[in-house]
Amino acid sequence: MTTTDTVDTLQVLHTVLDTHAKLAVPAASLDLDADLHGAGMSSHASVNVMLALEDALGIEFPDELLNKETFSTTASIFAALQSLQAGE
Amino acid sequence: MSSAAVVGDRVDSSAPLAERAAYVAQVASLHAEAVDRDARFPAEAVEAMRQVGLLGASVSREFGGEGLGLVELASVASILGTACSSTGMIFAMHHSQVFSITRHVAGSTTLPALVGRIAVEQLLVASATTEIGVGGDVRSSTCFVDRDGDQVVLAKNAPVISYGDDADLILVTARRTADSAPDDQVVLVADSASTTLEATGGWDTLGMRGTASRGYRLTARVPADRIVPDSYDMVLAESMGPACHVLWAAVWCGMARAAVATSRRFVQAAARRSIGTMPAGATPLVGLIAELDRFESLVTQSAARYDAMADDRQALHAIGYVIATNNLKVTASTLVAEVMSRALGITGISGFRNDGPYSVARLFRDAQGAAVMVSNDRINAHTAQLILVQKGS
Repeated sequence: MTTTDTVDTLQVLHTVLDTHAKLAVPAASLDLDADLHGAGMSSHASVNVMLALEDALGIEFPDELLNKETFSTTASIFAALQSLQAGE
Repeated sequence: MSSAAVVGDRVDSSAPLAERAAYVAQVASLHAEAVDRDARFPAEAVEAMRQVGLLGASVSREFGGEGLGLVELASVASILGTACSSTGMIFAMHHSQVFSITRHVAGSTTLPALVGRIAVEQLLVASATTEIGVGGDVRSSTCFVDRDGDQVVLAKNAPVISYGDDADLILVTARRTADSAPDDQVVLVADSASTTLEATGGWDTLGMRGTASRGYRLTARVPADRIVPDSYDMVLAESMGPACHVLWAAVWCGMARAAVATSRRFVQAAARRSIGTMPAGATPLVGLIAELDRFESLVTQSAARYDAMADDRQALHAIGYVIATNNLKVTASTLVAEVMSRALGITGISGFRNDGPYSVARLFRDAQGAAVMVSNDRINAHTAQLILVQKGS
C-alpha cells in the first residue's frame, strides 16, 4: 500500500464518520485513539458506518472483524480497513 | 480466497473430507451455468470427485472404502448442492446406490470384490428402479432375471436412468424369475461393458438439467453372481430408501443455503445504497434464515438418526421409521421450493434474471424437481396406508 492510498483511506474514513457516526465533533479533530462511542457513535450508527465503508471502498467486513473493538476508535477501524485492503 | 487459488491447489484423497468437498464444489460451481444451459452431465465435477476419492467414500472399510455414514455424506451432498444442484444430486444418487450394495453383499463370494472396485477404480453407480408399465411404483417389476447357464439376461424398459451414459455400474431391479410375483424383486449389478443402453428419450427439463436422466431400453448379460443376495425390499428399507431421502434432502438444503446467501448479499447491497433506511427485503430475510435453520436441523437429525440405527436392520423396517423417512422427503422437497419462492420475493427482478450476481433463477427451477422426482402425492398415498396400521411408535 502506498502513502497516497493510506491518506485516501483515512480521508474516506473521516468522511464516512462525519456522515454516519453522529459524532459531536468533526472526526478529523479527534485523536486516532479517541473512543468513538464516547464521542457519540451509537451501535446502530456503527452499522451504518460499516455499510458506508463497504460501499465506498468496495470491501466486506468478515464476521471476525464485526465486533465492538473494531469500531471503537478511528485507529482500530483504520487498521481493519488496511488489513482488508492488503488481503485483496 | 479467489476461486482460481482453490482449483489450482492439488487436493487428493488424503485431504480432510471438508477440503475435498470444497474442492469439488469449486469445480462444480465453475461449470454449473454451462451444465444447466446445455443440459449436460457435470463431467468436470464428477472427475473432481474421482480425483479426491469421493466416489468410494461410502464403500465399507472391509471392502477398501472409507465407510462414511449419512451424517458425513449429507454434509458433502449439501456443500455440492450449494454449488451445482445436479452435481449434488448425482453424488446423492451414487452413494444411495453404493449403500444398497455395500450393506447387502453378505453371502456373495464375488460381489465384495466388485464393491471394492468402486473404491479403488472410483466407479460411478447409477440405478434403473422404475419401469415403463408399472406406473412409477419401484416396488413392482414386469421384467425378470432370465437364467442362461451361469449367466443371467435381463431386458428392462426404463423411463429414467440418471447419468446412465456415464455410469460404470447400474443397479437394476427385476422380478427374481419369470414366474415370480411383481413385488418379488432382486437387484442386479450390471457393468457398462456387459450392458447395452438404447436411449428412448432425452432430458430437456425445467431444472436439474445436468442429471441427464434419460429413458433407456436396457439389456444386460452378466454372471449370475451379480445378483445382490438380499431381496430388493430389504435393500430398499434398510439402505436405498433412507439414504436417498436423507441425501436428497441434504442437497436441497444446500440449494436453499445458496439462495439464502444470494438474498442476504442482495439485501446488504441495498443497505449500502440507502444507509439509514432498512431495505425492504431485510425483514422477510429474517424469516427465511429461520426457515433455513429449521431445514438444516431436519437434515442433520435425520442423518444422525439413521447412522445411530444403521446396524439394527429390524429397526429400519419399523413402520414409524418408514413414515419418518417418507415424510422427510415430502417436507424437504416442499421446504426447498418455499425457500426459493421467498428468495425470489426478496431479490425481485434481480433474482428473476438468469444473469447477474443476484440471480436465483437456476436454483428456483432446480428446486421444482424435488416434489416431482418420486412424486410427493405418491409418497403421501403410501404413507397414508402405513398410518392406518401404525400403533404408537
